[in-house]
Amino acid sequence: MTAREQKRQPLSTGSEWTFELIQAYDREIGRIAKRYALDTYPNQIEVITAEQMMDAYASVGMPLGYHHWSYGKHFLSTEKSYSRGQMGLAYEIVINSDPCIAYLMEENTICMQALVVAHACYGHNSFFKGNYLFRTWTDASSIIDYLVFAKQYIMQCEERHGIDAVEDLLDSCHALMNYGVDRYKRPYPISAEEERRRQKDREEHLQKQINDLWRTIPKGADKNSDKDNARFPSEPQENILYFIEKHAPLLEPWQREVVRIVRKIAQYFYPQRQTQVMNEGWATFWHYTLMNDLYDEGLVTDGFMMEFLTSHTSVIYQPGFDSPYYNGINPYTLGFAMYRDIRRICEHPTDEDRHWFPDIAGSDWLATIKFAMSSFKDESFILQYLSPKVIRDLKLFSIMDDDQKDDLLVPAIHDEPGYKTIRETLAAQYNLGNREPNVQIFSIDRRGDRSLTLRHQQHDRKPLGDSTEEVLKHLHRLWGFDIHLETLQGDQIMKTHHVPPKGEHADSEYPRLDLAVIHL
Amino acid sequence: MSYVIDRRLNGKNKSTVNRQRFLRRYRDHIKKAVEEAVSRRSITDMEHGEQISIPGRDIDEPVLHHGRGGKQTVVHPGNKEFTTGEHIARPQGGGGGKGAGKASNSGEGMDEFVFQITQEEFLEFMFEDLELPNLVKRNLMGTDTFKTVRAGISNEGNPSRINIIRTLRSAHARRIALSGSSRAKLREAVSELERMKREEPDNFGDIQALEAEIERLNARIRRVPYLDTFDLKYNLLVKQPNPSSKAVMFCLMDVSGSMTQATKDIAKRFFILLYLFLKRNYDKIEVVFIRHHTSAREVDEEEFFYSRETGGTIVSSALKLMQEIMAARYPTNEWNIYAAQASDGDNWNDDSPICRDILIKQIMPFVQYYTYVEITPREHQALWFEYERISEAFSDTFAQQQLVSAGDIYPVFRELFQRRLAT
Repeated sequence: MTAREQKRQPLSTGSEWTFELIQAYDREIGRIAKRYALDTYPNQIEVITAEQMMDAYASVGMPLGYHHWSYGKHFLSTEKSYSRGQMGLAYEIVINSDPCIAYLMEENTICMQALVVAHACYGHNSFFKGNYLFRTWTDASSIIDYLVFAKQYIMQCEERHGIDAVEDLLDSCHALMNYGVDRYKRPYPISAEEERRRQKDREEHLQKQINDLWRTIPKGADKNSDKDNARFPSEPQENILYFIEKHAPLLEPWQREVVRIVRKIAQYFYPQRQTQVMNEGWATFWHYTLMNDLYDEGLVTDGFMMEFLTSHTSVIYQPGFDSPYYNGINPYTLGFAMYRDIRRICEHPTDEDRHWFPDIAGSDWLATIKFAMSSFKDESFILQYLSPKVIRDLKLFSIMDDDQKDDLLVPAIHDEPGYKTIRETLAAQYNLGNREPNVQIFSIDRRGDRSLTLRHQQHDRKPLGDSTEEVLKHLHRLWGFDIHLETLQGDQIMKTHHVPPKGEHADSEYPRLDLAVIHL
Repeated sequence: MSYVIDRRLNGKNKSTVNRQRFLRRYRDHIKKAVEEAVSRRSITDMEHGEQISIPGRDIDEPVLHHGRGGKQTVVHPGNKEFTTGEHIARPQGGGGGKGAGKASNSGEGMDEFVFQITQEEFLEFMFEDLELPNLVKRNLMGTDTFKTVRAGISNEGNPSRINIIRTLRSAHARRIALSGSSRAKLREAVSELERMKREEPDNFGDIQALEAEIERLNARIRRVPYLDTFDLKYNLLVKQPNPSSKAVMFCLMDVSGSMTQATKDIAKRFFILLYLFLKRNYDKIEVVFIRHHTSAREVDEEEFFYSRETGGTIVSSALKLMQEIMAARYPTNEWNIYAAQASDGDNWNDDSPICRDILIKQIMPFVQYYTYVEITPREHQALWFEYERISEAFSDTFAQQQLVSAGDIYPVFRELFQRRLAT
């Protein structure tokens, strides 16, 4: 790079920031990012105070959310640990929207602000715009509008039906939020305007469909008996909230709309949950690269660079498994190491790399790394790109904990025979399908007691956690009739849960539609 | 193109509503924690909020997740000594994070959810639905006392309130203003005189005329008075009606042999509650502790609660002393008087009617509120029945309740100070 020779004046020498300085850094970082052809949404950088950061924190990163006690709980615990100095605040929060909103904290030094600009406004931002999951599942241009719509709608519901009714409903929906996403089907893009316009039609339309499903007037009973006895739904349904919204017999139209809102928001966050390593790794890779380029051009001072490296190092610090600070694998570390390694494999491949990655060894690193960013999620990214060198550097090893054995087994470590196993195990660890129990709606009893049966397909004998009963109670509240959960291993039923518990079947306690009600 | 926006001035309390929602949802927990804290704290220790902890279980948001068990394979970093196929003992209690894996959810591991409520919120929870009886009456009508407050500067007033600085400043200004033109002429004349002395030293006539002129001007300037009556400035004080914001709380307690330390402890907690309650409603509170067995004495807090005495019981001795103190130190136009009496109900039998008389004639007309708590699991005795007659006569300002254990204090306190419907 010839830039080194034509040393320029550093942009700043002190540690204080000003708006002009932030703009200057953003301009320079943007210029370098353009050199790497990073495709981004326009940036909207907002400077906020620590209190505001805590607010942003508490609403799980949504710039505006509906009111719910759980966000208050989040806020209280953040506030407490922050005020006692147990925890620093995140340097930044970035919203997947168009324009991409990034929050900068007032207390940061100019170095930190520049780091955040590089990390969030160019790293995360280009990831949001480029990664296929985000492109497919979220619509950055409409999310803010939709959140405004959701907030207003829920406020109206609170006015009309009371805070408690809405809170109960939201509690139940939140319990099932992770089961409110479509994993394979592309949803329609959400748009607030469209939502408002369609909402009325939808209410009527939905109610009509439900009434059809639950129509109980006998009509030529013999003729239809086959069809009647057919299982409904004909295929198991993984999107429980969607099923509730469409088919729960007793919900009011506004309740269905609230279920829908929670479902839509869950869907919006779904890609983020699947791309932690890739997303953070990508942003870290770029802030590292961009800041180093700034230094190479002489735009920042040595002191600035020292401060940057200190922060960078603590971000990618990975405590070992036996450290008291160990809390699983740091996604920043893993992601950063992998992107760096892909670049290395492209630029300076070894024989090992040529053997493991024949297609990318020696290729153009920028194109390769961009392809890796855009076309994978954590699971497939690790499966595709985790190299023996990264496994060795991080000294990865696996532990098998089988509750039928007395001791733990080490199936693989960072050596030649272990690489593939480690890679597969780690990839599986990031597969949401493995992390969350596989629970689907199996059938509903349309002609009988209207009970809903869920099936949990057990994997490696992993049981359901303790809060399952509570979740089923929430589901019961939404569905209105008995809930059964069957845990299966293969075709064999291992365990069942019932809400309300079998035996104490109190018909009076659980409201039920009259079987002969005719809906007009 | 990037935009940098300063959002620091935007509202910072975006989470207030959510916080309120949270407090609302867990108000039962918080109230319980507040009640426990009240019994723990000392009578004057109320300057801070309270740390509330709620069992993690009650506050969890349930989700479907994997529990422990089955076969779980997890990748960890930082291998040191393990080799492939090695068997290692299962660590106890998931130490070192091993085996915790991905499945463990946020719900586990946190036993208590702890957070802070402010002092304001603490007291709010504590005195919810309570209202001090007759407080409003004295607050609105208590305009019989005034306080004087400074209200700037005035031209008239009492010599003792002269504001010297302002007075001299205005005198100085007046002198400058009044002598302004004379000074200008004087300066002119002086320079003219010097010029003439230099250039026309022989022109005695004009020089003398000038000297006379200078003399005249100087005299004129001197005649401007140093201090004039309208220079005088006074500090202005105005009277403001001063609703009495002082309260005195009489704590009366029986310390005779029949009162055990446990009973006294219960009484103490009751007094604490009353103190906190008054503190919330008045600027200034004094507490008078009176203990009695056969004779009564005014003591300090420490002695009141913790020193032991024995002997019989004559309640009227305490009431007499209270009456004397009231008359001597706490005129009713300045002080709101509250009294709380605690006893185990024992009294010298002939004494109870005397108590009634003193209360009805000499105490009740002057106090805002009088509460009597009887800490005993036994049958009521004469004193209780005599007091019942007082409560008939002064149903608005006299209340009596029975306490059996510490757990009863708060309910009884609430009962005594139940928010009365405005009738």
